Amino acid sequence: MTGGADGTVRDPSDILSPEAVARRARIVRRASRATLRRRRLIGNTTRIVCYLALVIALIPLVALVSYTIERGVSGLSVDFFSQLPVPQGVPGGGVEEAIIGTLIIVGLAAVVAIPLGLAVALFLIDRRGKLAATVRFVADVMSGIPSIAIGVFAYALFVVPSHHYAGITGSFALAVLMLPIIVRADEVAMRTVPEDLWDAALALGARPSRVARSVVVRTALPGLVTGNLLAVARAIGETAPLLFTALGSSLLVTNPFQPMDAMPLRILSDGTQADAHLQTVAWATALVLLAFILVVSIVARTFASYATRHAR
Amino acid sequence: MLGSPRRAGVDGDGGRDVEGDADAGSGSGEFAVTLEHVSVRYGKVENAKQVAVRDVSLAFPKNQVTALLGPSGCGKTTILRTINRLHDHTTGRVSGAVKIGELDVYARDTQPEIVRTRVGMVFQRPNLFPTLSIFDNVVAGLRMNGVRKRPFLREAAEAALRQAALWDSVKDRLGLPAVRLSGGQQQRLCIARALAIGPEVLLLDEPCSALDPQASARVERLIVELSAHITIALVTHNLFQATRISHRTAVFLLDEQNSGTLVEDGPTVDVFSSPKDPRTLAYVTGTIG
Repeated sequence: MTGGADGTVRDPSDILSPEAVARRARIVRRASRATLRRRRLIGNTTRIVCYLALVIALIPLVALVSYTIERGVSGLSVDFFSQLPVPQGVPGGGVEEAIIGTLIIVGLAAVVAIPLGLAVALFLIDRRGKLAATVRFVADVMSGIPSIAIGVFAYALFVVPSHHYAGITGSFALAVLMLPIIVRADEVAMRTVPEDLWDAALALGARPSRVARSVVVRTALPGLVTGNLLAVARAIGETAPLLFTALGSSLLVTNPFQPMDAMPLRILSDGTQADAHLQTVAWATALVLLAFILVVSIVARTFASYATRHAR
Repeated sequence: MLGSPRRAGVDGDGGRDVEGDADAGSGSGEFAVTLEHVSVRYGKVENAKQVAVRDVSLAFPKNQVTALLGPSGCGKTTILRTINRLHDHTTGRVSGAVKIGELDVYARDTQPEIVRTRVGMVFQRPNLFPTLSIFDNVVAGLRMNGVRKRPFLREAAEAALRQAALWDSVKDRLGLPAVRLSGGQQQRLCIARALAIGPEVLLLDEPCSALDPQASARVERLIVELSAHITIALVTHNLFQATRISHRTAVFLLDEQNSGTLVEDGPTVDVFSSPKDPRTLAYVTGTIG
């Protein structure tokens, strides 16, 4: 593609004459007209394919949600949220302990993982060297680790030496799971803060740590909130890390150093029973879990769009 | 966006009369682009007050530079984008009639792609395709319109680059990524890219606003040269630029309802030396805007 050196030596006036310009314009228009029908066809086909893909992608989601609602809605009642599980064959009962357990376990995990993730992300924003690249790579690899492996890891680290299951060990496993997601989400959110703002703040005499706190984190806040809440939503539904750590319980436990129940564990234990009532409880718990995740996601998105709209 | 332009398309002779009236003032030949009662509104509701531009009738004489002048936010760019139907992809709704020569731009059977092969556009900031080479950027429009023949692409690329006064500085590195060029060169490459499809009309949306004075001067000189064979609509908020390079000037200001409106248009000399509208006088002497 070495233009002028294409062999022929042309007199520039040949190709710049009004006749030549007009001739080329005619050729382009003819080509455009001749191919327009085909281009439109390709365009419309592409559009149809995209819509079809959208529908196909939505089918499993809609089916899952509607099936869960269908099976689970009959199990919902006030008791469901305020009672503990009852023995098999006894009617009534609820999953209060699982809801509270999930809130405690995920809450503790978030309290640890969110600040830690933000700190690591700030480090990644600030540094461009080999170490930062390594950390970024490790975070990417970690976010691909199967959650059951994280569960086994927490089991080996805490449960085996102490001979004791505990809700907080589950929090540890979930924090490990959330950390890489949060780090990368925070980094992406803070990368969207324009370099100009760094310049502006540094030129005013601010220390870099102050810039990070007052300018970068504040500007990126909607993105940070969204990313973190999505990580929380992801953790709420995780089962495997809790199997080895929190174990599950039928009692209302608020001490995180004791074995605790959680909604995914309740779904697993009740859903695998033959008893129809327990299966309904499992479906209803699944429905509540879905609602939790939906609410967290909606809050995250709303916050993001609200904050971006009011930023200007 | 559908109703009135169609009527204007059918009622072709009525449109001519308007052209004739405008013509009487300027004394020049035929018009390359005519706008009749063009309004653009944003937002979904028909009766929303968000009218960006209200009732603009304006004709662009062939092979002249017409400057659209006015403060920010008064609809200059909006008007420019009605000419090549760029509002099709936004929420903007256009009413009134736009014609390029005899082509009714908003007629139901007019394909926007056909309109755009006759109208080139250059934007405020250079917007070259970052993954393409200099050569591939210049011929991008040709390829997108189905032109494939290599010798033709080479000839068109060389011609467009020569027209944009860029050939000598890039002829030995046409394969390099286009974004390696300087800002001024990038903008001229954008002009070359627009010229390569052989447009009759070139829409320039503040093409110098992101350039330094030297690069601006080159682009301005280029605009004057190009206007020998091509009709140019130039949006600017730079009064001096308008006086330096435009044959005609159309002044836009905001009306009482905060919509952009055309206050006055005519030969640049007249608009600046003896404006008919007091608001034009105030604007060109710097007391408003």
